Amino acid sequence: MQQISKDKFTVVGNSKVEAEKITKPSLSFWKDVFMRFKKNKLAISGLVILIILIIMAIIGPYLTSYNYYQNDLMKANQPPSSEHYFGTDDLGRDMFARIWYGAKISLFIGIAAALIDLAIGVIWGGISGYKGGRTDEVMMRIADVLYGIPYLLLVILLMVVLGQGLATMILAMSITGWINMARIVRGQVLSLKNQEYILASRTLGAGLTRIMGKHLIPNAMGPILVTLTLTVPTAIFTEAFLSYLGLGLTPPLASWGTMANDGIAAMTYYPWRLFFPAMFICLTIFAFNVIGDGIRDALDPRQRK
Amino acid sequence: MKKKMLVLLSLVLALSAFLAACGGKSGDDKEKVSQNLRLNLSTEPFSLNPGLANDSASGNVLRQTFDGLTRIGKDGEPENAIAEKIEVSDDQKTYTFKLRDAKWTNGDAVTAEDFVYAWKWALDPKNESQYAYQLYYIKGAEAANTGKGKLDDVGVKAVDDKTLEVTLANPTPYFTQLTAFYTYLPVNHKIAEANPNWYKDAGDDYVSNGPFKMTEWKHSEKIVLEKNDTYWDKDTVKLESVEFSMINDPNTTLSMFDNDELDRAGAPFDTVPTDSMKALKDKGTLQTQAIAGTYWYKFNTEVEPLNNVNIRKALTYAIDRQSIVDQITQGGQIPAMAAVPPSMFSENEKGYFKDNDVAAAKEALAKGLKELGLKDASELPTITLSYNTDEAHAKIAQAVQDMWKKNLGINVKLGNEEWAVYIDKLHSGDYQVGRMGWLGDFNDAINFLELYRDKKGGNNDTNWENAEFKKLLVDSQTETDATKRQQMLKDAEAILMDELPIAPIYFYTDSWVQKDNLKGIVISGLGDAQLKWAYFE
Amino acid sequence: MIKYLTRRLLFMILSLLLIITATFFFMRLAPGNPFTSEKQLPPEIEANLNEHYGLNDPWYVQYGDYLLRIVQWDFGPSFKYKSQTVNDLINEGFPVSLVLGLEAIFIALAVGVTLGIIAALKHNKWQDYLAMIIAVFGISVPSFIMAAFLQYIFAIKLGWFPVARWGTFSQSVLPAIALAAGPTAFIARLTRSSMLEVLSNDYIKTARAKGLGELVITVKHTIRNAILPVVSYMGPLSAGVVTGSFVIEKIFGIPGLGAHFVKSIGNRDYTVIMGVTVFYSIILLVSVLLVDILYGLIDPRIKLAGGKKGE
Repeated sequence: MQQISKDKFTVVGNSKVEAEKITKPSLSFWKDVFMRFKKNKLAISGLVILIILIIMAIIGPYLTSYNYYQNDLMKANQPPSSEHYFGTDDLGRDMFARIWYGAKISLFIGIAAALIDLAIGVIWGGISGYKGGRTDEVMMRIADVLYGIPYLLLVILLMVVLGQGLATMILAMSITGWINMARIVRGQVLSLKNQEYILASRTLGAGLTRIMGKHLIPNAMGPILVTLTLTVPTAIFTEAFLSYLGLGLTPPLASWGTMANDGIAAMTYYPWRLFFPAMFICLTIFAFNVIGDGIRDALDPRQRK
Repeated sequence: MKKKMLVLLSLVLALSAFLAACGGKSGDDKEKVSQNLRLNLSTEPFSLNPGLANDSASGNVLRQTFDGLTRIGKDGEPENAIAEKIEVSDDQKTYTFKLRDAKWTNGDAVTAEDFVYAWKWALDPKNESQYAYQLYYIKGAEAANTGKGKLDDVGVKAVDDKTLEVTLANPTPYFTQLTAFYTYLPVNHKIAEANPNWYKDAGDDYVSNGPFKMTEWKHSEKIVLEKNDTYWDKDTVKLESVEFSMINDPNTTLSMFDNDELDRAGAPFDTVPTDSMKALKDKGTLQTQAIAGTYWYKFNTEVEPLNNVNIRKALTYAIDRQSIVDQITQGGQIPAMAAVPPSMFSENEKGYFKDNDVAAAKEALAKGLKELGLKDASELPTITLSYNTDEAHAKIAQAVQDMWKKNLGINVKLGNEEWAVYIDKLHSGDYQVGRMGWLGDFNDAINFLELYRDKKGGNNDTNWENAEFKKLLVDSQTETDATKRQQMLKDAEAILMDELPIAPIYFYTDSWVQKDNLKGIVISGLGDAQLKWAYFE
Repeated sequence: MIKYLTRRLLFMILSLLLIITATFFFMRLAPGNPFTSEKQLPPEIEANLNEHYGLNDPWYVQYGDYLLRIVQWDFGPSFKYKSQTVNDLINEGFPVSLVLGLEAIFIALAVGVTLGIIAALKHNKWQDYLAMIIAVFGISVPSFIMAAFLQYIFAIKLGWFPVARWGTFSQSVLPAIALAAGPTAFIARLTRSSMLEVLSNDYIKTARAKGLGELVITVKHTIRNAILPVVSYMGPLSAGVVTGSFVIEKIFGIPGLGAHFVKSIGNRDYTVIMGVTVFYSIILLVSVLLVDILYGLIDPRIKLAGGKKGE
């Protein structure tokens, strides 16, 4: 046991002020969350992957002299080389350029669908949860019914009636996707609305919009954010699924889903045509999932080790 | 604890349920018995009633289980089947068929009445046969089918049990080819009258008269045929059984072939995936055969700028067909610069114009632009090129889109729908340029040319019509001199290729792979297959 | 309990009615009709066909007709396949899809729960990370890519399983795994987070303080409580398995209801589309109801008789 001399210590005294001082620097709720998030290695790796993907989506097309739609039938189905980093597809188009072009499209679809889901879901779930009673029952039943119609059927019909394309696809995915968000928001609102500060706000005469906008939603932000982050991979996944069934975007528009679809047929002969789009789909979904998990874990104080 | 048990119990029950269900099912026979052929049919047949069948899947099965008056033989020519002798009158309008002694699978004799019954049944409008029009060559058939005449007045008569007399509306030199087609097959009238649902499943009432009999039909799953011992020519049939599975995915079926779960993969029963073509060709296992069919793009001639013939010429000449055939379809197809396949007009291998003639295309474009009062191709409205959802059509369309942009500076948008929606749009004129193909029903050029005879003809879709073209076709129907008739048809085609309401792309081929010791499958010039002479060495 | 059941059933019927109505009208809006074919039908024949199938009647007549027949469990004939009615298609296809689905659900539950439990018990150790990475990849890979991949490696390259078709147990292994992959991953994560939450509860600490062995604690207390979210997930799980089956059945050539459904959409086969939609809706609504009841039985904290509102 090390001997520490007494003169290394001075008596501070126990003044009341000192006792009440909070020594830890004050953190806002979100700073606290972010700190916990940073500690989650998996989540950080997901964030890094996502950032790299976004950067590449922007600058990728400039890194090669080829563009995403130029055919060159004589150079079809070439394996990766120094000229075509990811090889060529069956019409001789450069896969590298196409992957980054597709990145823009796939990410756009995913994020747009998620944001629309957010908008509709928050409004629907918020009102339903806050009003409660009959309104709640009716709104939730409507949500259930929409959920019951086979998703694929609805999407196909929309594709057919409105024509295949980017807008239709995003619209189609948003139509059934908001229900989850609505449920989450409703759940949160249900548990928050009886808090005292809400009661205080109502007493002060605040209307529905103000209560929702300034109190309920910001406080429910955590689970909303988690759901949002987890909606994006679902949208990307669904886009790939639809493309497989032939309901995807029309050429020469390309998304990772349509490229993966093309690639499956050629899997045994020209594996790079499947490998790259599939890998990037998986990486993106992976990244969003771990980020979403990370946020969820960071928000939950009980998860602290 | 009890509640936890409940959950556990239900899980165990579920497990045992599926194990029981699976364990109980009989496994597929994987042992190779020597003369059992395993094929894939790619889709459930529309109907196995010859009078109702309207698709190749049904045809592929019916050709093996039924025998008509004639059958297309190994050389592509019709040979006598149920008909032992055929007599044609001088005006070529009356055919007398003398039937041989043949039996149905239930022992009944095949009689002339069976043909009369079957053909009249198909023509009866209340049976809603979609292919009844194939019988319109017979006098009174069209009238009966459209409700304007009586079935009794149709020109087919059973003179006696073994003699069938047919009166045609016009001389039809290819009539003996038609009698091999599935709509002309006989049906056992005794069974059909007793049980109108005889054709819906395999069973005692599914009675046929061909090389094989259908012993099992699990809808959307499989069809099993066995050698028919009551067949009049049974000694020629060497196969013992044929099993058709119904898998829709060409990649899966090719894998099954590689894995020895199928003996053959590819046309005409199903398809070989395009991406595998090159590898199969390099391996030397891919077999191809030209068939009478043309793949073309139709122009809606009532829509600007496609109403201008020079614009159409520009678009047609600017397509590099050889590249498409070499790099995309890779099935040894022949670039088509004509409408009628070379098997009917051999000069059509060369065609009416040059492939990938960019210079001529540019010239035509310039002329067309001037006629439309435009200075530059970029002023043209964007053209939409449509096709039905399919991997190959998509690739070809993308290539053509690129060619038109590169060579002519014309902007093209692509659109695709599934088959049912697509064909509807085509028929209603809701398109600009649309992909289509036509496989010959019988080996005569008129089958291709008459598509475009009438502007509102059911399969025209281009809204194009030409009086001279029409006259040549109509006159050819009554022309009895074969050489003169051929010339009339050629002249008609020349008009078609000058006005170009369609841009032909290539002539079809059938491509397939099969086991080395599998021999004797006969693929006719029209691309349909017969198993009567097939066997394993 | 009875009151709860009655209310739920009432709502189910309402939902079903709305679903049927919505599907009916959507199908009418979509272009294309079931009789389009390459060789266009002579108008007389088409008229006959339309008459026969009642397609010329005003919509409310067709609608009423249809409702009447559904109540009698008659979904009508298939337009596209002359020899079969929709009931035939369902009767043939559903048992196949059911077996495939149950196999997949079984795998998802067994493997998923196990992975989740291991991950939770070895929280933040390598087993946890490994299990979770496996899980995330399970969710990240679209089912059709997984299916193609499995087919390529295990059937073609290694030859352990047949490539396609249905009938024997070995033919069902690959499709079931492909179908189960996503759900397994999800259940693993769900179980893990649920377990972690339960483990942090006081009563677990009490149990340990009492001196109970880890195994007993895990089985008797932790799992039993942690399993609840998994049980309630089984509702959406069956829905997921149903949609997943479309793609899996296509790749593996399985003659199930999913394959019929996808084909019928392309064929514009109205009766089949509506029939299968209604059928699936019934199945899914009933599954959710059963799951809710099961949940209510298992969790003593829920009182169903009081009329559990909403989800």
